[in-house]
Amino acid sequence: MTGFGTMQPVLSLEEVSKSFGAVRALEDASLELYRGEAHALVGENGAGKSTLVKVLAGVYRPDEGRLLVEGREEVFATPASARDAGIAVIYQEPTLFPDLSVAENVFMGRQPLRSGRRVDKAAMRRRVEDVLGPLGVKLDPDRVARGLSIADQQIVEIAKALTLDARVIVMDEPTAALSAYEVERLFGVVETLRNRGAAVLFISHRLEEVFGICQRVTVMRDGRRVLSQPLAGLSSDDLVRAMVGRELEGRSSHQGAEGGKTVLSVERLTREGVFTDISFEVRSGEIVALAGLVGAGRSEVVRAVFGIDRYDAGRVLVAGKALRKGSPSIAMAAGVGLVPEDRRLQGLVMELSIASNVGLASLGRLARFRLLRRAVEQRFAGEWSARLRLKYGRLSDPVSTLSGGNQQKVVLAKWLSREPRLLIVDEPTRGIDIATKAEVHRLLVELARSGVAVLVVSSETPEVLRVADRVLVMREGRLVAELGHEEATEHAIVAAATGQREVAA
Amino acid sequence: MSPAPSATGPVQGRGPQPVEGHGAGNPGQPSSTLTWSSRRLLDAILRVREVGIVAVLVVFVAVATSVQPRFIDPQNIKFVFSNAIIYALLALGETVVVLSRNVDLSVGSVLGLSAYLSSDLFSQVHHIPIVAVFLAGLAIGLACGAVNGAVVAVARVPSLVVTLATLYIYRAIDVLIVGGGMVVASTLPGAFLSIPTSSLGPIPYLAIAVAGTVAVGAYVLASFRPGRELYAIGSNPDAARLAGIPMGKRIFWSFVVSGGIAGLAGVLWAATYGTIDSTAGLNYELTVVAAVVVGGVNIFGGSGTVVGAALGALLLATINQALYVLGISSFWDPAIDGALIVLAISLDHWITLRLTRALRKGAVQHAT
Ligand SMILES: Nc1ncnc2c1ncn2[C@@H]1O[C@H](COP(=O)(O)OP(=O)(O)OP(=O)(O)O)[C@@H](O)[C@H]1O
Ligand SMILES: [Mg+2]
Repeated sequence: MTGFGTMQPVLSLEEVSKSFGAVRALEDASLELYRGEAHALVGENGAGKSTLVKVLAGVYRPDEGRLLVEGREEVFATPASARDAGIAVIYQEPTLFPDLSVAENVFMGRQPLRSGRRVDKAAMRRRVEDVLGPLGVKLDPDRVARGLSIADQQIVEIAKALTLDARVIVMDEPTAALSAYEVERLFGVVETLRNRGAAVLFISHRLEEVFGICQRVTVMRDGRRVLSQPLAGLSSDDLVRAMVGRELEGRSSHQGAEGGKTVLSVERLTREGVFTDISFEVRSGEIVALAGLVGAGRSEVVRAVFGIDRYDAGRVLVAGKALRKGSPSIAMAAGVGLVPEDRRLQGLVMELSIASNVGLASLGRLARFRLLRRAVEQRFAGEWSARLRLKYGRLSDPVSTLSGGNQQKVVLAKWLSREPRLLIVDEPTRGIDIATKAEVHRLLVELARSGVAVLVVSSETPEVLRVADRVLVMREGRLVAELGHEEATEHAIVAAATGQREVAA
Repeated sequence: MSPAPSATGPVQGRGPQPVEGHGAGNPGQPSSTLTWSSRRLLDAILRVREVGIVAVLVVFVAVATSVQPRFIDPQNIKFVFSNAIIYALLALGETVVVLSRNVDLSVGSVLGLSAYLSSDLFSQVHHIPIVAVFLAGLAIGLACGAVNGAVVAVARVPSLVVTLATLYIYRAIDVLIVGGGMVVASTLPGAFLSIPTSSLGPIPYLAIAVAGTVAVGAYVLASFRPGRELYAIGSNPDAARLAGIPMGKRIFWSFVVSGGIAGLAGVLWAATYGTIDSTAGLNYELTVVAAVVVGGVNIFGGSGTVVGAALGALLLATINQALYVLGISSFWDPAIDGALIVLAISLDHWITLRLTRALRKGAVQHAT
């Protein structure tokens, strides 16, 4: 896959710049996409990947630079003109119409017509079935989009791209919320698209995925392209170095800690059809990981513990006192914090500034200074932004202007800064770049060593191994294994999670 | 009600609630049956809404009649219809606007302006054809709607603000023109005045015509791109923009349609009541918005039908007339409209929650 040099790119960007006020999101960024390739676009949070995608999609007009389709310069005034040029985009955030049917979602703005310019609903349904069938997906085209799982929302987005017969398909972090099985399915789609001669631009923070399906890679840093070449011959260390611009310190694994007093004990928690008979403890000073496959019921358990979801039987005790069920505010008052899985939805107030969002959960603590609130808030937020390497213009900018990964960091900062007695983190590093991942892990460990009990839900086994003192494995709604620091190996966790070998809990 | 709050992420608020990882369900269950059954549930709820209004209507009429048998006199039924016709027309236009997450509060004022200016033509221009008067009313409405639409779509001012302003501005223009005067029935031709009264039994021809118009409106919204795009805009404005929908254009025209319909309704109002001063259509916006919401149109856009809205108008007109027949002061009308708005929105909210939960369950099975 090195012969691209002689071909003409289907799509190229030449020295494109784009600023938002003082923030230079793209600076002379370039990119070439060739027919039949899967091209990876990687870089740290805020490097400008999504902005570049939006330029390709006609959402943003670049301040400078040119965009060429098959060698001809084009100006995309609207998303419709990019689409008409054969560019399909699967955005980082799902863009569905919850009230409309799956078929309408797929064809919105370009519905097939029959006589009298009427929308041809039968054709719409048929064509959606035609593209979903080969994917092995059973999704009723007439169903409304409301309530679809993230994976199914992604499927709808993919169906959009497929029915468009696009020559360029852009996927902005499509795998961030998918299970391993669904990622496999997506890779199959990418392969099919490639074989049809389409170019796929694939954005992900998971380098193993990049190496798994892509032929070439472009690395961005601070809005610029720092590298663009075939993946063959590159190692993931090479990519990381290019992304971060420096050497990452080695991965230090920490020593297992014993833990002090019991902070959380969960007794025989059951929610019918979701999880059954879950009992475990988390002690102060230790990090317990809840591992398992996506869909094993882990998020549901922690949501029930925190009081977001109800449960049918069992008890939750914090520091020996039973927690009333179904009340997050009581849980918070008892010193419990939860960093939710879908942070954009549950964790942020989009219109508020970065500083206010970070301060939100610590309101009580900051409010002591009433008059000084704003100044304290700013300093406080500044401190945490630095620790999490947040990339932003000003702390007073609304959170909505941050890149996807940086929004995640704000939610983390908000809860880490609250210094809870028990911190529950669901997928702590989803959508977060490699360099910051290590920092988040270090922060979690530091937090635990300072006496906080930490419960982490993670689908990434390496992450579990790095931070956990103890690992609980769930499968199909039940706790199937408890592994100490020494016993917890990649193999043991995967075996328990998939049911290859049962370990008594 | 305001247009796309751009700072809000697309999945904020009413967006799809992702349910990643909610999947401990029994994977043995075939997914298709579940998605199908959740769809049936949705259909049922949507149908229930219209059936529900009809049911409430029947019960209400039955109760009102048992208290005061005069309620089902043909004369009284005609009264109900003549009110309902105007409300239903306005609700049709209002629905087109509300579907795209906007609102038109100026309909009552547009109706008043059009009612006076058009009916006054009969004394200004001798032997003016009735059709020309209707066209004049339509033109006045279209012009008012175009102003609303232009400010909302081009200047991107929230429609709540714009139409609240024009609610007063159009009424002020009306008052300036009318002054202390009025148009009285004696200046209007008999043929004009008989339009609302000619009927097939107790059902006025006009009611049939309006029902037909609503049916056409429903068909257009269900089967043509611009109609579907209004739903899309209301359902998720950010996604609508990304789908390449010409949002400004669609929203502009939705206000033009609403204005035009209010203009026509003004002429019908003049024919129905015969006496037109500067208070024609005062406070109608409240009843119309109530009718739309009671009829199952989501006040935040994206879902609902004009048939539901028209039925909502019929229900409100019936209630208002019943209060009158039962001798309850019309002073209470606005209070009842208001209470119905709250009731309907709470009901919608509750249905949406239940529905989302039900649909998620379907999706969960599917995800595994
Ligand atoms: N609408 C906007 N207004 C202001 N700043 C913005 C806006 N969109 C993006 N930015 C800024 O531009 C920079 C690049 O953002 P972008 O979303 O392209 O990053 P990214 O590479 O996609 O990161 P991630 O991996 O976190 O998704 C960030 O610093 C971000 O804060
Ligand atoms: Mg991004």
